[in-house]
Amino acid sequence: MVEKEIEEKVYKSIVKTIKDAPLEEFYTSGHRTCQGCESALVMRFLAKAAGPRTIVIGATGCMYVANTTYYTTSWIVPWVHTQLGGSGAAALGTAAALRALMRKGKIKQEPINVIAFCGDLGCADMGLSGVSNAMTYNYNLVIVLYDNESSANTDIQETSMTPYGAQTSFSRPGKQRRIMKVRWKKSVVPMIIAGHRNVKYAATMTPAYPLDSINKFRKALAIGGPTFIHSLDPCPKGWDYDPKFSHELGVLAVETGIWPLYEYINGEIVYNEPTKSIIEGRIKRKPVKEYLEKQGRFSHFTEEDVEYFQKMVDEMYEEWEIPAVMPIKSVNVKISDK
Amino acid sequence: MTETRKIIEREVLMNGTQAVANAAMYADVDVVAAYPIRPYTEVMDTISKLIADGELDAEFIVAEGEHGQFETVKHASLVGARTLVGSSGVGWLYAMEAIVVTATDRAPVVAIIGNRALDDPGAYGVEHNDAMMVRDVGWLLAWVDTAQEAFDTTLIAYRVGEDPRVLVPVGISMDGGFLTHSEQIVRLPPKELVKDFLPPYNRGKYLVHPDNPITVAPQVNEDWVMEIRRQHDEAVERARGVIVEAYESFKKVFGRYPGSTSEIEMPENPFVEPFMIDDAEIVLIGMGTVSKPMKVAIKKMRNQGYKVGMLRIRWFRPFPTQDVIKYLSQAKVVCVIDRDYSIGSPNRGGVIYHEIRSSLYDLDQRPKVLNFIGGLGGREITIQDVEKIIKIGYEHRDTPITKPVYWVGVRGDPW
Repeated sequence: MVEKEIEEKVYKSIVKTIKDAPLEEFYTSGHRTCQGCESALVMRFLAKAAGPRTIVIGATGCMYVANTTYYTTSWIVPWVHTQLGGSGAAALGTAAALRALMRKGKIKQEPINVIAFCGDLGCADMGLSGVSNAMTYNYNLVIVLYDNESSANTDIQETSMTPYGAQTSFSRPGKQRRIMKVRWKKSVVPMIIAGHRNVKYAATMTPAYPLDSINKFRKALAIGGPTFIHSLDPCPKGWDYDPKFSHELGVLAVETGIWPLYEYINGEIVYNEPTKSIIEGRIKRKPVKEYLEKQGRFSHFTEEDVEYFQKMVDEMYEEWEIPAVMPIKSVNVKISDK
Repeated sequence: MTETRKIIEREVLMNGTQAVANAAMYADVDVVAAYPIRPYTEVMDTISKLIADGELDAEFIVAEGEHGQFETVKHASLVGARTLVGSSGVGWLYAMEAIVVTATDRAPVVAIIGNRALDDPGAYGVEHNDAMMVRDVGWLLAWVDTAQEAFDTTLIAYRVGEDPRVLVPVGISMDGGFLTHSEQIVRLPPKELVKDFLPPYNRGKYLVHPDNPITVAPQVNEDWVMEIRRQHDEAVERARGVIVEAYESFKKVFGRYPGSTSEIEMPENPFVEPFMIDDAEIVLIGMGTVSKPMKVAIKKMRNQGYKVGMLRIRWFRPFPTQDVIKYLSQAKVVCVIDRDYSIGSPNRGGVIYHEIRSSLYDLDQRPKVLNFIGGLGGREITIQDVEKIIKIGYEHRDTPITKPVYWVGVRGDPW
């Protein structure tokens, strides 16, 4: 069972319907993101969920380049840039400074949200050690990994989060090798929850489910301590599809089981939205083909590749100890009396 | 009516890093970020103990690497915290990306650099190339010579860096081993006087806080970056005046000139320390603890009739061009001792050598400049080495320079 105190915090923080969400926007006009950009929605949801008493830190990435052009910044709340691999340390420094300044009476004592966001290249690759370090300290901060499965501000390059086989400018299919991206995508949330004991909240999300997304930010901020949210953001430019299908692709990623939606609350995994129904056996996962065939980045896939992809996703649900989350299985070890 | 007060200083035996840590405690820092690398590390050892003992109220963050270490203090500084950080050698270089943006975001953090050789090959002795890496990116850089100067300069660093006319980070460089690890008597002034010298850190309209929702470091590209670079350069230039003010104020508040004690007499110039220079034909130039063998050798050679003096650079950024001109224009030969190198540079010399030569270029009558690269990787520059340098300089009084750069005491190289 979730501890009572945390349960109360979660209950108080959530928004029951999308109509109950605050009307105010703190990430507003002025950004230059692409048409159909889902990462822009992540920013909008997190700002809406957090409200005005917030400091946002943004690592280098497409959301830096597109959003924060001098004179056209889209942030109503204070926003600070950090280097590509700096989001963990920057959040830590900000949270630590606020705590010290409030304790020493140098600024007014009040809760101020500290949110750092970083893309998959900055967070899951270069900045992972910094994010991990931030998760070991007991400061109130949220780190948001907005994952469009590529390095999207430098053109579209492969990162460790690019799905198997996807085309990027670093992984182009050629005459000899059809699949250049042979690595399977990392699972970052399990890494965070398994390795950092004082993390009380971590979650996956996708902006295709707005209420779920807003509530996950609100829960993270309400529960406090170091928290982590990993968002899958369909990207029309990098994934090569018509921008009008952004939401549909987010939904398909969940419904095909490629992107399970779950949250970790104080030691428990809770599945959300369609993933919950999938895990409970009430609906069947859609074939991954439906998701893959809508994107140009998988256009070189043969039936064989799709089958392999399907097999890997099936494994996540059928063979993992915690379906679609943890691939570790417990073994019954008998401790001998010797 | 002016009040005269008797200032009773406490004498404590401490090394250079401990002196910086104690000064940071006096300055009441709010956030400290640590990551180990010798020889700077002891500053963090000392700070953590001061926090544990309740002598300092600050958040102590152990970073995951130097890059994170410098990002942590940069962001803490932007939300209004006074910070301390530091590193050495390759650690300093590992953080370089964060170090550069600390300056360009105008976060006045104070960093201690325990100078150390750069890998490979691994060596943990002093070499100035690590700190030199930031000479062009808008940090203020001071090289200290004694633990007393380390203590005093740290307080000055907070005062100058946080001045609204400056808002630039300050690096306090000290020779690894020779100063970071050698204990000296440091005179600690009464703590309550510090508030008369060091005002609270106030970022004003540049503070990152929900009450002041600014955007820091947006993308500007070609539209604005030139103006921002120029403003930064002007801030460093303004620091010259602010440094002078700070030194004068220090003397007023604490009753002695920074770096000086009753045992150490310090000429009242913030940027350079001249020694026996008034009638000198040969002037030695160096930074940091190399001044010790230089002073001994100069006294010795003076007895033998050599007219030799010394100019130690205390602030390397902003570079004391006017002081260099003032003290060197009458000299015949200037011998620059570099504890660094600039491989492939004009004349294949050291960094200070080129700065000095450049400072003197516009003079109608300029002295000859010789360069001596020595003491790399922590190798000692001995009194005998300096005597030899003086003799080489002396030989060039009336003869043209054929060999401008000497490497001091390299095996198999008769210099």
